[in-house]
Amino acid sequence: MPITEIVFYVFSLVMVSAGVAVITVRNPVYSALFLVLAFFSSAAIWLLLEAEFLAIVLILVYVGAVMVLFLFVVMMLDINLTPLKEGFIRYLPVGIVVAVLMAAELLLVIWSKGSFDQGAFPIPPPNPVGFSNTKALGELLFTNYLLAFEAAGVILLVAIIAAIALTLRKRVGEKRQNPAMQVRVQRDERVRLVKMDPEPRQGN
Amino acid sequence: MSLKTILLLIPLLPLAAAAIAGLLRKQVGRAGSHWVAILGVGVSFLLSAWVLYQQIFLGMETQNITIYTWMISGGVHFEVGFLIDHLTTLMMTVVTFVSLMVHIYTIGYMATDPGYQRFFSYIALFTFSMLMLVMSNNFMQLFFGWEAVGLVSYLLIGFWFDRESAIYAGLKAFLVNRVGDFGFLLGIAAVLYSFGSLDYATVFAAAPGIAGKTVTLIPGMEWQWITVICICLFIGAMGKSAQAPLHVWLPDSMEGPTPISALIHAATMVTAGIFMVARMSPLFELSDAALSFVMLIGAVTALGMGLVGIVQNDIKRVIAYSTLSQLGYMTVALGVSAYSAAIFHLMTHAFFKALLFLGAGSVIIALHHQQDMRYMGGLRKQMPITWITAWVGTLALIGFPFMSGFYSKDSIIEAVAESSRWGSEVAYWSVLLGVLITSFYSFRLLYLTFHGQPRYRVDVGAGEHPPDGVVQHAPHESPWVVTVPLILLAIPSIVIGYLLIGPVLFEGWLSDAISVLPHNNVLEHAAENFHGPVAMAKHAIGTAPFWLMITGFVLATFIYQFRPALADFFKQKLPGIYRLLENKYYFDELYQKLFISRSVRIGRGLWKKVDAGVIDGGLVNGSARLMGNLAARIRVWQSGYLFHYAFAMIAGLIGILAIWVVL
Amino acid sequence: MLTLAHFLSLGAILFCLGVAGIFLNRKNVIILLMCIELMLLAVNMNFVAFSRFLGNMDGQVFVFFILTVAASEAAIGLAILVVLFRNRRTINVAELDELKG
Repeated sequence: MPITEIVFYVFSLVMVSAGVAVITVRNPVYSALFLVLAFFSSAAIWLLLEAEFLAIVLILVYVGAVMVLFLFVVMMLDINLTPLKEGFIRYLPVGIVVAVLMAAELLLVIWSKGSFDQGAFPIPPPNPVGFSNTKALGELLFTNYLLAFEAAGVILLVAIIAAIALTLRKRVGEKRQNPAMQVRVQRDERVRLVKMDPEPRQGN
Repeated sequence: MSLKTILLLIPLLPLAAAAIAGLLRKQVGRAGSHWVAILGVGVSFLLSAWVLYQQIFLGMETQNITIYTWMISGGVHFEVGFLIDHLTTLMMTVVTFVSLMVHIYTIGYMATDPGYQRFFSYIALFTFSMLMLVMSNNFMQLFFGWEAVGLVSYLLIGFWFDRESAIYAGLKAFLVNRVGDFGFLLGIAAVLYSFGSLDYATVFAAAPGIAGKTVTLIPGMEWQWITVICICLFIGAMGKSAQAPLHVWLPDSMEGPTPISALIHAATMVTAGIFMVARMSPLFELSDAALSFVMLIGAVTALGMGLVGIVQNDIKRVIAYSTLSQLGYMTVALGVSAYSAAIFHLMTHAFFKALLFLGAGSVIIALHHQQDMRYMGGLRKQMPITWITAWVGTLALIGFPFMSGFYSKDSIIEAVAESSRWGSEVAYWSVLLGVLITSFYSFRLLYLTFHGQPRYRVDVGAGEHPPDGVVQHAPHESPWVVTVPLILLAIPSIVIGYLLIGPVLFEGWLSDAISVLPHNNVLEHAAENFHGPVAMAKHAIGTAPFWLMITGFVLATFIYQFRPALADFFKQKLPGIYRLLENKYYFDELYQKLFISRSVRIGRGLWKKVDAGVIDGGLVNGSARLMGNLAARIRVWQSGYLFHYAFAMIAGLIGILAIWVVL
Repeated sequence: MLTLAHFLSLGAILFCLGVAGIFLNRKNVIILLMCIELMLLAVNMNFVAFSRFLGNMDGQVFVFFILTVAASEAAIGLAILVVLFRNRRTINVAELDELKG
C-alpha cells in the first residue's frame, strides 16, 4: 500500500470520526473543536490533491478566523444546554435512516455506474517540480475571475458592516467618541482661564 | 419668418390661446381669457389672409410641406403636414374670420355665464382643430382634425352640463357622429389598403390605377373598389355634415350656446364633410355610382329638412333645419361634380348662416333666453341693427339677386340642371322646390320675430324664471360686441358672392385642388354663359328659381302678415302632414325603436352578465378567491420551525437523488 | 489506487453527516450552523477532487469563492445569533416559530 493511500485512509478516518463527534457531543465547545479537527484533516487530504494554497487558506483563514469566531460566540453566550439536547434520542433513528439512505444513494451513484472510476477519470500525473499552485490560482483569479473576485471583496465588506451593525448597541454609562463633536470643539469648551490672587507665603 | 413658421403659427396660436384660457383660467381671469383667445384667433386670421393675399396677387405656388414624421410603419408614413392650395386657404380664411366674429360676439352673449373662460378655451380649441382638418396633407391628420372638431362639438353642445337635455344632445351628436366616423375610418383603411399610403398627393396620383378594380362585398354583387372607398368616405361626411339619415343630431345640438350654433353647427364644422368630399374629388370623380349616391342623399336632405323647418317654433331650430337644407344643396353640388360650386356655397353660407344665428342669439339675449317664436314679434323697433342684419341674412339665404347666396345657390341649381348623372332630375326638382321652401320658412321667421305685434308682455315682478310669454325687462338692442360682428358678417353676406363668383366658379381658381373629369364638367356650360355677376343677376329674374323665391315670399307675407289664422287652418286641414313634419319624419322614434333600445338592452346585458358577472365576479374576484382558498389550505405547512423546512429540503434532495440512481 | 470515486465518497459521507446533524441537533442553532459548515466542506472536497482529476484550476477558484461566502455567512449568522440571544435569552429553534402562516 503506497504512502498516499495510507495518508488518505488515516485522515479520512479522522475526518469522519470528527464529523460524527461534531454532531453528537453535548457541548457546543467540543463540537466546534471537533469541527476544527475535521478541517485539519480535510486540509491534509487537499494537500494530497495538490491544492496546496487552499489547504493552507482553509487552516489559516477558516480555522484561524471563522472557527475562532464560533468558539468565541459559543463561549460568550450563556446557553442552557439541557433543553437544546431534548429529543436527541428520539430523532436519532430518523436521522440515521435519512443519513444512511442518502449516503447509500450517493455512493450508489458514485460507484455503481462506473462514471467516476479510473476508466472515466484516469489518475493524473503529479505536477512538475517548480509548479506553483498559488501562482496558477492567482493567474486565474486575477484574469478570468476578476469581476467575481471584486464582488467577493464587496460581499466580505457587506458582511463586516452587517455584523457590526447587528451587534452594535448602546448601553447606559457607555463612553463613546463622536468625531464630529471632536472636530467642532472650541477652545472655550476645554480651557478655562482663571485669574487668581497670589497666596501669601505661609509661615512668614 | 419663413412660410413654414407662418403656416405653423396659424393653427398653433389658437391652440396656445385655448391652453392659456383653459388651464390658466384663474390666473388670466375673464377678460384675460377673451383677450387671449381673440388675439390668438385674430392673428391666425390675419396670417391666413396674408397667405390668401400671397396666393391671389403674388401667385404663390401650392405648398405641400411635411412638418413632422410621427412614425414609419411598414413603409407607411404617418406625418403631420400642410397642403396649402387655394381650397385650403379659402377655408382657413373663412374659418378664422367667422371664428373671430364669434369670439367677439361671445363677449356679449356669455357675459354673465360662469363658464366664460372654459367657453373661450373650447372655441379656440375648435379653431385649432378645424384648421388642422383643412390644412392637412394626409388622411391621418384629416382624421385627427375630424375627431377633434367632433370632440369640441360634443363639449360645446353639452356646455351647460347641468341641463339634462344638453347632456343628451351632446351624447346624441357624439354617437351619431360615431356612426359616420366608422364609415370614414373604413374608407381611410380602404385607401391605405389599396394605395399603401395616406398622403393625398400619392393617393390621388395612384387613384386612376384602381379604377377598374372590383370587389365582391355581398355574394353575387360586384362593386367597383373606388365606389366602395368613396361611399365609405362619404358616410363620414354624412355624419359630420348632417345628411339624412344621419342628420338627427344637428337640430338637437341647438342645446349649446348660440355662438356655438353659429360657429360649429352652421358655418364651419358641419361643412367639414363638404370640404372633405371636395378635397377627395380626384377619387370621387372616378365613381359615377358614388356621386349619384352623394347627389341623391343631398337632394333628400335639401328638400326634406327644409319642409321640417316650416313647422318649427324654436327660432334656432328653424335655422338649424335651414342649415341642414343648405348642406343638402352643397352635397347635391358635390354629387353633380360641381365641387367648386359646393365650396362657393359653403363659403357664402358660412357668412350668412353665422349672421342669422348670431342675430337669433341677439334676439334670445333681448328676450332673456326665450327661443320660442310664438312669444316674439315686433322686435324691429327695439332692435334695429339686429333686424336689418337679419334681413340681410335672410335675403342672402333665399338667394335674392346680387346677394351672396344668390350666386352660389343659382350656380348649384344651374349645375344640377346641366348634369346628366343618373337621378339628376330628382335632384333638380328637389333643389328647385327647396328654393320656395327656403324662402317661405325664412320669411316666416323674420315676420314672427321682428314684425307684427309683440306676443310677450313685460312684467317687472315676474321673478327669475318667468313663464313663457313674459319677460322681466323690455327688450333692447344688444351691446356693440354683439352688433359689430353682425355688421361685419352682413358685409360679406352681401358682397362676397358678387366679388368671388367669377374667380372661384368659372376661372378655375380652385382647379389646383379640385379635379373634374371633362365629361362631368357641368360648370363648363355655365361658364360659357357667364358674362359677369351683373348679367347673371339680370338673367336670373326670368328664371324659375327667382319666381319660386318670390312665391315663397308672397305666401309667407300673406299668411304671417295678413292672415295669421291661415296657418292654423292648414294645420287643421292637413293633420297627417303636419304631424309628420312636426315629428321630423319620426326619425328619432325609428332609431329609438330600431337601434337604441336594442343597444341599451345589449349594453345592460353585457354590463350585468359579462362585466359584473364574468369579469368582476369570475376573473377578478374569482382568481383572488381561488388564491385565498388555496393559501388558507397551504399556509399551515409554514410552521415557522426551521427544522421542518430543512426536512422538506432534505426530502426533496433524497427524491432527486433517487431519480438519479434509477436513471 | 486512489480514484476520483474515493474522494467523492469521502465528500458524500461528510455531507450525510451534516444532514444527520441537522436532524439530531434540531434545536441548537450553533450546531446547525456548524453542520452547514460541514456540508460546505464536503462540497469543497468534491470541487477540489474534480479540479485535480480534470486538470482544471477553475474548481479551486470556486472553492476560494465558497470559502469567502461561507465566511461572510458565518459572520452574519453568528451576529444574528448574538442579537437573538440578547433579545430572547435563548437559541432554542423550537421557541422561534413566530414567522409562520
